Amino acid sequence: MDTFYYLVQNMLPVSIPLLLVALGGMFTERSGVINIGLEGTMLSGAFAGALFAYAIQGSGLSPNMILLICMIVAAVAGAIFSQLLSFAAVTMKANQVIVGTAMNMMMPALILLISKMTFNSDGVTTSVRYFIRKVPVLGDIPVIGDMFFKNTYLTVLIGFLILIISTIVLYKTKFGLRLRACGEHPHAADSVGINVNRMRYIGVTISGILGGIGGYFYSVGITDGNINGHNGVAGFGFLALAVMIFGQWQPIKIMFAALFFAFLRTLAYSVPLIPFLDNLNIPTDYYKMMPYVATIIVLALTSKNSRAPKAEGIPFDKSQR
Amino acid sequence: MQDKNGMNSKNEKKKITEIKGFSSFTSALMAIVIGLLFGFIVMLLANPSNAVAGFRYVLLGGLSRFGDVLYFATPILMTGLSVAFAFKMGLFNIGASGQYTMGMFFALYVAFMFDLPPSIHWIIAILAGMLGGMIWGFIPGIFKSLLNVNEVITSIMTNYIGMYLVDMLIRSNSAMYIPSMTRTQYVPQHVQIRSLGIAGSNVNFGIVFALIIAVLLYIILQKTTFGYELKATGYNKHAAQYAGMNGKRNIILTMVIAGALSGLGGAFAILAPSEIAGSSMTYEPINVIAANGFNGIAVALLGNSHPIGVIFSAIFISYIQRGGTLASLVGYKPEIIDLVIAVIIYFSAFAAIMSSAIRRIFANRRNKEALITEPQIENIEEDVGSEIENLEKNSNKEAE
Repeated sequence: MDTFYYLVQNMLPVSIPLLLVALGGMFTERSGVINIGLEGTMLSGAFAGALFAYAIQGSGLSPNMILLICMIVAAVAGAIFSQLLSFAAVTMKANQVIVGTAMNMMMPALILLISKMTFNSDGVTTSVRYFIRKVPVLGDIPVIGDMFFKNTYLTVLIGFLILIISTIVLYKTKFGLRLRACGEHPHAADSVGINVNRMRYIGVTISGILGGIGGYFYSVGITDGNINGHNGVAGFGFLALAVMIFGQWQPIKIMFAALFFAFLRTLAYSVPLIPFLDNLNIPTDYYKMMPYVATIIVLALTSKNSRAPKAEGIPFDKSQR
Repeated sequence: MQDKNGMNSKNEKKKITEIKGFSSFTSALMAIVIGLLFGFIVMLLANPSNAVAGFRYVLLGGLSRFGDVLYFATPILMTGLSVAFAFKMGLFNIGASGQYTMGMFFALYVAFMFDLPPSIHWIIAILAGMLGGMIWGFIPGIFKSLLNVNEVITSIMTNYIGMYLVDMLIRSNSAMYIPSMTRTQYVPQHVQIRSLGIAGSNVNFGIVFALIIAVLLYIILQKTTFGYELKATGYNKHAAQYAGMNGKRNIILTMVIAGALSGLGGAFAILAPSEIAGSSMTYEPINVIAANGFNGIAVALLGNSHPIGVIFSAIFISYIQRGGTLASLVGYKPEIIDLVIAVIIYFSAFAAIMSSAIRRIFANRRNKEALITEPQIENIEEDVGSEIENLEKNSNKEAE
């Protein structure tokens, strides 16, 4: 049972970045823009957040307060960085995949450059202890307390909060309906007076915000509040894309997909702690490959009835039909 | 006769702005200029006093080491061709890194584990690298064609799988791997690609092979039915299907060829003789995705996915990378070049749109008499402008 708790406790902080970034990807794709640049967006948020945490870590604020402040900083950084995509893809009608690729190349170089010039290292190292050993009161609940409120981070709570908000925004608001219309049939949306380009700008910006927060939460929950330009976010931006596709562009399904991937990854990194798996004597690299192999298999199984937004990746041109 | 020739050349001159190659060349050039300007601004911000010297290194530094420029251009030329070839089919082969790593591994495996006559051993090793890349390109291909899985995601996944797999296989192979040095042994001399023998540089036959392959690809794309089918499918999948082209087979074939090209890149990189420590002949399993695969994407995009364009863009990117390394002599970090390349790619994504706007301006000027509406407005503007200028001059005179 301890092993089970351990896995769940470790899985949740890993799943949150995937969840948030995949939700961000969902918002852009629902508006009709493909965001391959999520990896770069994550890095921008992670770097801005960690940098700000580094700046204010000595000011005596509590770690969770720092986390909230830096989360906002990361969101702003992600939103600004994502404008590179919206400007190119929406205004200039450029190839969205190329722009995303450029964004992914840009950010590691920028991080390495800034870090090497200012810290003479490959990234930012902070000393904020975000880790929460036990949440008061809630941590005492039997089973549930052990699973969700011990050895965890504030990020988990915020992550699920954002999931609920995203679901409501997408399905229960006028804005959500309009956003989805722009991704399915922009000309129909345009004909009833929706400003398609504006909606797409908003969609991309939301993904920037969520991507930035997701990136910062990656650095909080997985790399102890540090971030460097070489390892970056270890392909989480791309994994999030797979999570989004696996989740069929729907928030709740995306959550389950994120949990699934996070579980596989946690398993890969905690093999020595699980006697049953450790006794099998399989090299850990096999387990490290598993999330990626699983992605391919899962996509192969779900691709037949894919519910991708119909107009994604196609620049909106009013004069065409 | 002379008159006629003159007329012809005039016509050709008129047409040059309308040739497709010209527009992609100007748009690439424009993206490069913007990227380099951006790099210069970054240098100015980082350290104003050395910026000019540093920028000179970036621009001209590669000239003094052109052999090394070609040496480093070889792998990215191959991965660039790989990405470009898949682009022609409308596929985005972001998995060049994994195919490249696989190519490296297969080449290394043959180099260490096979006992072959020295005269053909290196050739077999290169071919093995090609095979490795083919296998790794086949996976996204078959998933795309049979199950319609987006090749972008599968090939990103195969990047990671390939990286972990190769690292694991190398670490567990005691004949290749030296645990105390955390890297493989150096490739024995007779398996290395033959050097071109230019003193003071590491240039080898790899670049010659790569250039030949680029030209071959050009011929395949331009002169064969297969190439035509590929391009047709890339332009319009449904029309190609309707015309009776076997889309599924072509997708697999394209990805296999793209994989082969990346795999060859890996083999050329790992088997190259070099005096730059750690840059080739040995593999370090440190769980990092091969950067040359992603550089290949940049090369392909900058070269407009045209095999001949890719040759120039690979050499160009390698050239400014060398320059960037030299810029560290005056205190700049070589990462500036990575940033510059990213900016170039970003702008190349819509440089075509910008250049078509410029072309329209050219066309407008030429057809000033023919067109009535727009030039008139321009004239009016010019008139107004000159009037304002005159007024200003007059007022200045009055003030004096």
